[in-house]
Parts: sequence; structure tokens; C-alpha cells
Amino acid sequence: MHEELAILRDSVAAWVDSGGGVRMLRAVRDRRDLPGFDPAIFAVMAELGWAGVLVAEEFGGSGLGFRGMGVLLEELGRHLVPAPLIGSAVAAASALDWSGRPPVKHRWLPGIAEGSAIAALAVDEGARHTPERIALRAERTGSRFAVSGTKVFVLDGMAADVFVVAARTDGSPDALFGVTLFAIPASAAGLGRAPIRLIDSRGYATLSLENVRLTEDDVVGEVDGGRALLDQVLDAARAAVAAEMLGLAVQAFDATLDYLRVRVQFGKPIGAFQALQHRAATMFGRILLTRCLVEDALDALDSDPATAGARVSAAKSAAGDLVNLVTREMVQLHGGIAMTEEHDAGLYLKRARVLEATLGSAAYHRERFAALCGF
Amino acid sequence: MSADRELDGLRASVREWVEANFPASLRDAREQERFFQSMPMYPTGADWDLWKARLIEKRWTAPGWPAEFGGGGYGPSASGAIAMALVQAGAFNPVAGNGTTMLGPTLLEFGTRDQQERHLPPIVRGEIVWCQGFSEPNAGSDLASLSTRAVEDGGDFIVSGQKMWTSDAHHAHWCFCLVRTDPSRKHAGISFLLIDMASPGIAVRPIRTIAGNSHFCEVFFNDVRVSKENLVGKLGDGWMIAKRLLQFERDPTLRPRRQFVGDARPLDQIARDYIGCSEDGRLADAALRDRIARNMIDAEALRLLQTRMTGDGATGAGATDAISVAKNARAAIQQEREELLLEIMGYRGLGEAGAEFDDVELETTRAFLWNKAMTIFSGSTEIQNNIIAKRILHLPTA
Ligand SMILES: Cc1cc2nc3c(=O)[nH]c(=O)nc-3n(C[C@H](O)[C@H](O)[C@H](O)COP(=O)(O)OP(=O)(O)OC[C@H]3O[C@@H](n4cnc5c(N)ncnc54)[C@H](O)[C@@H]3O)c2cc1C
Repeated sequence: MHEELAILRDSVAAWVDSGGGVRMLRAVRDRRDLPGFDPAIFAVMAELGWAGVLVAEEFGGSGLGFRGMGVLLEELGRHLVPAPLIGSAVAAASALDWSGRPPVKHRWLPGIAEGSAIAALAVDEGARHTPERIALRAERTGSRFAVSGTKVFVLDGMAADVFVVAARTDGSPDALFGVTLFAIPASAAGLGRAPIRLIDSRGYATLSLENVRLTEDDVVGEVDGGRALLDQVLDAARAAVAAEMLGLAVQAFDATLDYLRVRVQFGKPIGAFQALQHRAATMFGRILLTRCLVEDALDALDSDPATAGARVSAAKSAAGDLVNLVTREMVQLHGGIAMTEEHDAGLYLKRARVLEATLGSAAYHRERFAALCGF
Repeated sequence: MSADRELDGLRASVREWVEANFPASLRDAREQERFFQSMPMYPTGADWDLWKARLIEKRWTAPGWPAEFGGGGYGPSASGAIAMALVQAGAFNPVAGNGTTMLGPTLLEFGTRDQQERHLPPIVRGEIVWCQGFSEPNAGSDLASLSTRAVEDGGDFIVSGQKMWTSDAHHAHWCFCLVRTDPSRKHAGISFLLIDMASPGIAVRPIRTIAGNSHFCEVFFNDVRVSKENLVGKLGDGWMIAKRLLQFERDPTLRPRRQFVGDARPLDQIARDYIGCSEDGRLADAALRDRIARNMIDAEALRLLQTRMTGDGATGAGATDAISVAKNARAAIQQEREELLLEIMGYRGLGEAGAEFDDVELETTRAFLWNKAMTIFSGSTEIQNNIIAKRILHLPTA
């Protein structure tokens, strides 16, 4: 396994390099007609099997697990490569895989694995991540459902062919019981979406559902008892986000180190100043320690996703603090050049802030870690 | 994978063996505290003697050392696993100290056959306490500026000068010392010498610490005669050997014994006792909850890093690269933990003495004071950051 992961890492890194690194993001950003990534480039990635890393071989995937997905996202994250993997190949793929429901699984999983279908996870309803509260209603009559409400901050929502939506089939918005996940085709009557433009230039959407008609065949997991599956799916996506954040931090740090070596002031490289050396040493340590937590969270998901919560929250909170630290320092230690559009520091800063807010900030996850540890 | 399974098997057998052989009376938290308080000396009593004898016979007091010197002959990951499993089972190593963590590994690399045969077995059996004579009044972080002189005189050296902050010197039988054999060269003029503390001309003066104990001493050498057979390595090799020894010293995975911590329960449990819970069953103070969670997450990250460091260089960055990071992280996490404890306990964490406070509270206060040393000794946090910046990140020096 170690060897397979090392091979994957090298091949992703080589591919990113040959594709021009951060230039891929700039190209996407400058073309408003694209949905936050370049479908032609994603087709190449899918061809390489990267959309199916988590998917079992019988459904067309490679079954490399969360550690494999982590390696992939870390390497892509280093150079901010935009690709609809976290919502689709991680969150939706896990939801369908763990759903125990053949209809949705057979309908969507093979497409997700080969990259011909893109799925998105729609959970948040307010400005901040609060999955404990699901208000979007799915009224039930017999085996039919009618869904109405709004979801926001839907990652890759503009490109999605299908949405995995957390809805309320019973009880009040805060109730544990009464949450149901649905796979809703983007083409469903009554489904509308509008782009939300965030600073990281990806394709987020606000999703509005107006009396969207569904059947039992669209249910992912259990009717009313979807809370545990939702938590598990969120954890899968959070660990994936943490892996991307780790890659982002590694690269932002490396770029900053390079600059410390070459930028000369007062007759010497600024990296010779001890005040800056110690800041670099601090970042180096935080990266080493955070890597341990992130890889541990991915291992936890590979071995038992139902009990991975605390380890995932530990990783997501540490990774959130890490990217904020490293990108802040990246800007500061580059001085004025970092404030220019032409320099990459701003791109790293923007992506870092969005990832930190995605699926729960560092503070949210410390609070969740505490709750899961019972205090 | 199969190596992992082997290690798991080893850990299980350690647990089993401890269950059968670690005397029940020593499992009490109070006894354990007595052990830490008495270090480097060993508590007296029949069960204490029994435990020491059993662990020595099992060859687990130095599991990674060659069997011919009384060690277990295990490789790094297996010996690390044994040491860690002992700690986790609450079964401390009765001979742990400067001999096992610093001098032993150094002699295994640099000592002569004679030196190894003479000094390693008594360490394994816990008969000899060693102290570390490196720092001096004017040589702290800038250790290589040390000035204690050793002048050759026939088959001997004559040593004169002063060492400072020498931990446990008042209990030690022997001292491993850095001495200046050539005043004209800074690093290359330093040699590594083993000195019998019973030699004529040595005076030891204990220094009281802010924690109220006498842990370290001043050591004065007044024309002390030391045979040349006690020189480790060649003349002038001292700095190179010391740098290696300091790696052993800083590596937290080589000293898997419990730190002096006062209240050793998980932070959230202690907080629950002192602060209480709100109606939803959560710790009543949300700001503290956040800081406790952060400290626990940091501690978990360090635990994972240390596990990697013992796994035969499995760390991406390489195990020695991680030593300075782990040293700094361990100190910072421990100090943050103690600051949290003081905050949690209010005035009860600030007691100096008296029946008003229970022993654990007083120990917690002393641990808070004592562990301030963790960011200072064996190379301060700032010095570790210098090492990371220069040797690992290769940032420019001028
Ligand atoms: C509890 C305890 C036990 C000890 N036990 C032993 C022992 O058994 N044997 C032994 O030999 N020594 C021992 N020491 C000594 C210890 O190694 C020294 O205290 C340590 O190396 C620092 O030296 P110093 O105290 O002279 O402080 P200084 O070197 O004077 O440092 C003062 C401050 O300046 C900072 N500083 C110094 N140089 C730099 C630099 N280049 N860049 C940035 N900051 C710098 C330091 O980080 C520190 O914050 C012990 C110390 C303590 C506290």
C-alpha cells in the first residue's frame, strides 16, 4: 500500500507540473463560462482514474481508499488545481456506497467513478456550517416525497448532475430524528441553481427546490434515520478537505522558504534574520504535526468510518489553523509583492480561507471534538 | 504490514507479562508519584525491589541494547514498542535516567569495548546514577564556549573548572563531562570525559529551584585526576559526540516515561470536577472547552508523530528531522496543559503548602513551576528553532 501511494503521489505531482501548476486555476478563473473547473482537464483526470479512487472495483473504481484520495487531493491542493472531487468523488461517492441502497448506487456510482457524472453535496442552509440543523422539508405521502427549500454554499453545485441533499422528513429543524438524504438529479423539475462567486474562483451554487417530486428510489440510506450517515459523509468530505489544506500549506510554505533564500535586504538574504527563521521553524513543525492528524483521520475512515468523528475533527481543526497560519505568513514574508494580483500568494490565501470555512471552521471542529470526547 | 502485526503481538505480550509481574501495590497512583518524586533515586521496599529484579531479568530495562550488556537485543521499532507498552501499562522503568537515555546510546556508538563492558551493565541493572556535566556559568546555549580545562599529565587528565545546572549531581556516582583540552580551538578543542564523582577535588553544591526542590547543582572541579581510559572517542571529538548525545536527549521517544505532571487525569475530567457542567451535560465554560480541546488535539498530534519516529524512520521528513519539532511541541503542550490546570483550579492550583490543599493540587502547582524548565533545558525552544532553520530548512546564515 505504501508503495502504491508513493507511485500515485509521484504521478499526480508530475501531471500537475506538466499542466502548469497554478496556471490551471488562473485559466479557470479568467474564463467566466466555466463552472469553477475545466471540464476538459477533468476528463483527463477521470481518464487517469482519479474520480474512482474511493469507489470499489466492481463499480469501476480503483479502491485505493481514503489514504489514496488524501494523497491525490494533497498533491492537487499544492497547486490549487480545481477539480470537482470532494463533493463528487468523496462525499457523494461515500454516501452512495454506504447507503445500502442498490437503486441509487447503481444509478450514480459508476458515472461518478468514471467522471462522466458529477455529484455535489448539499447540506448547509445558513452562512455558517451547522449540519445539526436541517430545515429543508421533504413532505412524504406514501412512498413519494415533495422537497422544498434552499441550500447554500454547494460545492461544485454549478456543474453537478446530481445532488445529495440532506432534507427533513420529520420533526423540527434541530431534531436528531427525521433527517433523510436524497439523490436528486439536477434535471428534476422544480430544481433551480444560481452561482455564488467566492474568492477562490470555484463553482459554488445556491440550490432552490420548489416542490421537487421524488420516490423511494431516490433515497440514500434510511428514511428519517439519515443523521448518522450524514455525519459519516460529512466526515469523509472534511478529511478530504483537510488533505487538500495540508497540500496547500506545504506548497505555500515551500514557496515562502524559497523567497526567504533569495530576497536580499540589508545586504543579506532575509532568511538570515532570526526573527523570520523562527517563524519558518514554527511553520515547519505545525506542518509535520498536522500531517500526522490528517493521515490519521484518513486511516480512521478507511478502517471504521462510523467512529472516525473525533479524529476527523482533530484533523480539520488543525488543518484550518495551519492554512491560516501559513498563508498569513506567506503574504507577510513576501512583503509588497504578495499584494499583487500577479503573485500566487493571494490565491493561496483565498483558497485557504474558503477551505477553512468549508464543512466547519477550526473552532467548530474543536467544539465538535470536545462534544465527541464527552465534554 | 506483517512487521506491524509482529509489533502488535509484542505489545500484547508486554501487557500480558506486566499484568502477571508488575506488583499490584505499585499500581497505585500515589506510589507512582513517589517514584517520580524520588528520581533519580529508586524508592525502597520489597515490591519495588521485586519489580526492579524482574524487569532486569526480563532484559527490558534497556530493550534495545545488545544482550551481552544485559539489554534485550531488539531493533529500534521493537524496543520502542516495548518501552511504550510498559509506560502505557503504567509500569515504569526503574532504571530510567541519564544512563539509559543519554550515555548508554552514546557509548554504544562511540565507546571502546572496555568502556562498554565496564559502564553499560551497571546502567542496565540500575546501580549507577549518571549526571551530565555540559553547561557552565558562561556556557549555556553557547555550549561550545565552555572553559572547564582538562590538561594531560602522563596517563591522566587534570580537570579544573565549574559546571552549572548539573541535574542530580548530588546523587550521581559518575558524570559524563565536556572539557576543554585545547583552548586555541572552539569546537575542536572539546573532549568527552567520564568522571567518577567520588574523585578527590570534586565539590557539589545543590541549588534550590522555583519548584522548591533541589534538582540541579553546581559542580566544582579542583585539580581532579581522571585516567585517560575515561576519554570517549579521540581527543577533540567531544563536540561531535555531544551533538549526537543531545539528539538522544531531545528525542522524546527515547524517554517514554511519564513527566512530572501533578494531576494526571485527562484535562476535561479535571475541569468537570472544578467547574461543573451546564444542563446539556457539557463543560460549563465554553472558552475553556475550546482551549482544552486544542491542547488535547495537539497532544494527539505529538503522540502520532512520536509513533512514527519510532517506526524505523517511517516519517516522511526523517526521524532526526523530527526531534527538534517533537522536543518543542512536547514542551509547549505540557506547559499549556499546566497553565490550563492552574486556570481550571483557581486558587486551589496556587497552593504553596498546607492541609487546605490535597497532595495532587500541590503537586500540580509544583509541576507548573517545574515544567517551565522544559523550554529551557537540553537546548531551549529558541535553540531548537535555530537548528530547524539552519540544519533542516537550510536557511542562510549570513
Ligand atoms: C531544570 C534544568 C536542568 C538542567 N540540567 C542540566 C544538566 O543536567 N546538565 C547540563 O549540562 N545542563 C543542564 N541544564 C542547563 C541547560 O542546558 C541550560 O540552562 C540551557 O542550555 C540554557 O542555557 P542558559 O541557562 O545559560 O541560558 P542562555 O543560554 O543564557 O539563554 C537565555 C535566553 O536566551 C536565549 N538565547 C540564547 N542564545 C540564543 C540564540 N542564539 N538565539 C536566540 N535565542 C537565544 C535562550 O533561548 C534563552 O531564552 C539544565 C537546565 C535546567 C533549567
